[in-house]
This record gives sequence, structure tokens and C-alpha cells, in this order.
Amino acid sequence: MGIPTVYRATRASRIAMIVAVLALIVLAAAPWWAGRADLRLMGEIFLYLSLACLWNLMAGYAGLVSVGQQAFVGFGGYMLFALTIFGGLHPITAILMAGMLAAVLSVPIAALIFRLKGAYFAIGTWVVAEVFRLTFAQISALGGGSGSSLPVGIVRSLADGRSAREALSYWLALGAAILVITAVYLFLRSRRGLALTAIRDSEVAASGLGIDIWRTKLEVYVVTSAFTAIIGGLLFLQKLRISPDAAFSVNDWTAFVIFIVVIGGIGTLEGPIIGTLLFFLLRETLADFGTIYLMVLGAVAIVVMLKAPKGVWGLIRDRYDLELFPLSYRIKLNDPKDT
Amino acid sequence: MIEWIGVIVQGVLLGGLYALFAAGLSLIFGVMRLVNIAHGDLIILAAYLGLSTTMTFGVHPFAAALLVLPVMAVIGYVLQRGILNQTLGPDILPPLLVTFGLSVIIQNALLEGYSADPQKLSAGAIETASVNLGSLTVGILPLLTFAIAVGVIAGLQWMFYATALGRGFRAVSDNQDIAQLMGLNKAHVFGLAMAMALAVTGIAGILLGIRTSFDPSIGGGRLIFGFEAVIIGGLGNLWGTLAGGVILGVAQTIGAKIDPGWQVLAGHIAFLVVLAVRPNGLFPRVQH
Repeated sequence: MGIPTVYRATRASRIAMIVAVLALIVLAAAPWWAGRADLRLMGEIFLYLSLACLWNLMAGYAGLVSVGQQAFVGFGGYMLFALTIFGGLHPITAILMAGMLAAVLSVPIAALIFRLKGAYFAIGTWVVAEVFRLTFAQISALGGGSGSSLPVGIVRSLADGRSAREALSYWLALGAAILVITAVYLFLRSRRGLALTAIRDSEVAASGLGIDIWRTKLEVYVVTSAFTAIIGGLLFLQKLRISPDAAFSVNDWTAFVIFIVVIGGIGTLEGPIIGTLLFFLLRETLADFGTIYLMVLGAVAIVVMLKAPKGVWGLIRDRYDLELFPLSYRIKLNDPKDT
Repeated sequence: MIEWIGVIVQGVLLGGLYALFAAGLSLIFGVMRLVNIAHGDLIILAAYLGLSTTMTFGVHPFAAALLVLPVMAVIGYVLQRGILNQTLGPDILPPLLVTFGLSVIIQNALLEGYSADPQKLSAGAIETASVNLGSLTVGILPLLTFAIAVGVIAGLQWMFYATALGRGFRAVSDNQDIAQLMGLNKAHVFGLAMAMALAVTGIAGILLGIRTSFDPSIGGGRLIFGFEAVIIGGLGNLWGTLAGGVILGVAQTIGAKIDPGWQVLAGHIAFLVVLAVRPNGLFPRVQH
């Protein structure tokens, strides 16, 4: 018997990495080859991808199933408007600041809603999002219930000329998606990520091994809230207009994100990427059907949850033992002659 | 002073409606540990079924209830046996996500069928009728709603503790596998529990439709009110749910009295305060 070696990267994951780098180079050059509408759509795709990765980290790994992430999306959006209009900050500084404020704010919120278990936690997060929506609707300086637009001067401070601004906004979205995916990936590969994966697989066993479950979940919640607010800021930097109903929409920022993750494959890093691509494919082809499209989306999510709870990526992984992001440990038994 | 007493009385009566939103939620959680995210949309579905019935047959909404309640019960039974039973298990994700998908489907189906225009059930003279209690004027409809809520909760309580069906509910709630061994078909029992919950939802939907105008998008808000009433009152305690509804209703009417924009927010704040101070609710069921 030789000494078994433990390894993580596989041939598939190395190829995936090379393909990803090449794809990123092509995507980063998009402002030179893509049209205005395509650029905008791709920016939106990257932001949805980021939201999906973050929700997946919470629900798929930490077991925190939230239906109230729109609280932080809207908060980030509103902070962009408030900090640039009243604080005189540069939009990008304001968005980063929004992330920090969201992190601070998420601690007392977690202290409250972590008292609710499972599905009740989910509805609790929704209540918090409603409190945010109703509160911002009361602030008349930000336009109250009807909302407000980002002043032209602030939009101009971003970059000279419309196409430069659109390119910058696109690169910010792309950068955010790369940052979120890399951060989640590195986090999951770290010691804490291992703790989180253990919690995902069995809370009882994880706590038996000495993992502080409450604290680990809190960390995930705070980090996710901060990033979600940053993405929210970027979303409304694209839209340039905010209102309470748009900022705190449960359909736009939570329902779609949940469908993306469930259809793609919850609890995997590849799932949200596949889910986002499928979601936008479906949206771009069925968009003309309005409500029917949403009903189809809901039905697809139900069928996936019942028939293939690991989603599209789960089916692929089970069949081909593929893993594009090398997160698990694999063991190779060495031939004694080699050692 | 008398003005404030009036506000509080209105809040208490409004609480009856919220308790009706919550009773179905509480019942299915108690029996099968299922939290139904589509609950609010089912309330709105019942209101629209009431609307269609009154329009088609030209009858009073209360008469329409005779049709809406059985229909809702059948929908509940079919939904539970067809879909929801498959989601039950130790993992909370499937029921949550499946009911979330149902919520989106119901909402958009109503939008497709009835458009986004606000609708209302017209109940005639009873909507504006009132009685004088001393120097206080109280609407008949809110009083009736509250009385129905008390009746429904008393009925559910009696059913739970004094009938064979209730014994079945309690048995599967305590231990599904042993209940199954004792000859109960848990899939059927769960179906009956959902049927009963949706019949209560039917009552709630019709009373909501008479009280205020409704449109397909307001289901989520009704789910939240029901949920808040359940948590404020304490999980697994039906009379507590009524008390939770009353507290929520009073908080909302007081909030609205201060500033109309504060009505719903005040209710949420009351809920969060209870969660901070008494995380198990005000009247939790004694843990066995």
C-alpha cells in the first residue's frame, strides 16, 4: 500500500480555470465589441450572478434561507443616492460606504431574526425588508413614496461622456461579479469555509466538532449583507432612478435570485452561474409573455425542487463527477512502486 | 380620550381579521411543521373566488362563502397530496421554495385572470351599519369579523381536542411514523389539515374582500400580518394567535392615528419588539 495523497484540483477544474480566464478577457473587452443594449444586459447579468452567489452562500451553505435580501439591495441603492446627494461623496466611494453601513446594520438585525428558526427566519427577513421599504418611503428628502433620480452632476462625475460612463458601469458590474465569486470561493476553501460546509451537512455533527454555529452564521450574514448592499448600489447606479417599491421589490431581488439558484443547483458554486445563464435565456425568449413567463419560472422551480433538488448542476456533477471550482478533497492511492 | 378608546377598539376588531389570516398558518405549522409562503396569495385567491361567485350568481358575499369554502378546501387537499406532501422532511428548503414558487404562480395567474385593478366585494348595507356602545360607535362588520374569528378559533380548538380528526392531527404532529404504525394515513391526514386551513383562509379572504379593496399583489403583505400574529402570540397556541392578531391590529390603528403612513410600520415594529423581548411569543405553548 502506498501513501494516499489528497488533492483538490482536477483536470476539469484546471481546464475550467483557463477557459474562465480567457472568457474574462473577452468579457472585459466588451465595451469595444458589444452594442449599448447588450452591454447593459450583460451588466445586469453580472449583478444578478453576484446576488445569486451571495444568496447561495447564505441558503445553500449557512442554512439561512432569506426571502428578505431586497432589504440590503434597496438599502445599498438608497445609500448611493443619499451619500452622493447629501454627503457629496463620489458614487463609487458611496457604494463602498453603503456596504460598510450595511455590515454594521446587519448585526443588530441578525441578533433579532436569528431567534427565528428555519422557515420563520425566512419570513422574519421579509418583515425586516418591509420595515426598510416603509421607512425609506417616509423620508421625504429622498422623494418619499415616489422616489427620486440621481442628479445629472453626480452622474457626470462618474466619467466623461455617455459611452465612457456605460463602459465604467459595465466594468464595475463585471468586477463585482468576479470579486463576489472569488471571495465566496476562497472563503469556502478556507478553514471557516470548511466549518460552514460541515454546518451545511449536519449542524449537530458540526457543533459536536466544536464549531460555533451561531457565530459562523453571523459572519456569513454580515458579509453577505455588505456585498448585497454594494450590488444594490451598482444596480441603481445603472438605473439612475430609485423608488421604495423598486428598491425593495421581493420579486426582483429575491424571487428571481432564488429561482436562479434553485434551478442552477443550490449549495454549489457552479449552480448560480448556470442558473443565471438559464434565467436570462428564459427571460430574453419569454419576456413578451409577461405574467405567463413568471408562472413558467415558478413552475420550473417547483419541478426542479421536487424532481432534481440539486438543480441542473447537481445532475451534471452526479453523472460526470465534475467540479469546476475545486472545493472538495479527493484521494488518490499511490502505487507503491512510485514512492 | 374617547377618541383613543375608539382607536383601540377598532384595533382589537381588526385583530380578529389578522387572527383569521393566522389561524390557517398556525394550524398547518402545528400539524405538519410546514410554513406556507403562499398563504397570503391563497387568501387573495379566496377573495377573487368570492368575487367571481357573487358576479356569476348575483349573490351576497356571505352566500358566496358556501361555495368558496368547499372549493378552497378541495384546493388545499389536492395541493397537499399532489405537491406539498413530497416536500416534507427534515430539510426546510423544499417546502419553503416550493410554496414560494406557488406564491409567484398564484399571484401571476390572478394578474392574468383578473388584471391588476383593485376589486372589492360588495356586501350592501352591512358595510356601513354600526351600533352605539355608550358614546362609542362600532361598525357591525368589524364586530362580526371578530366574532367569526373567535368562533373559528374556538371551533378549531374543539376539533383539535374533542374529535377523532383532531386526535389524528395531534398524533401525526407528535410523531408521524408512530401515527402511521397506529393505522393513520399521514398523507391523508395532512391533506385534511390543509383542507381545513384553506377553508379558514376562505373565510378570511371573503371578509378581507368586503372590508377593503384588493389586488393580486397584496398577498405577501397578508402573509406577513398572519405570520406576525402567530409569532407574537406564541407558536402552537391558537388563542395566543388571536391575542397576537389583536396586538398587531391595535399597534396598526394607533400607528395610523399618529400618521397614516405609519400604520403598517407600527405593526412591524410591535412585532420586532415582541421578538426582542419575548422571542417565544407572549403565550407560548408549554413545551413537553
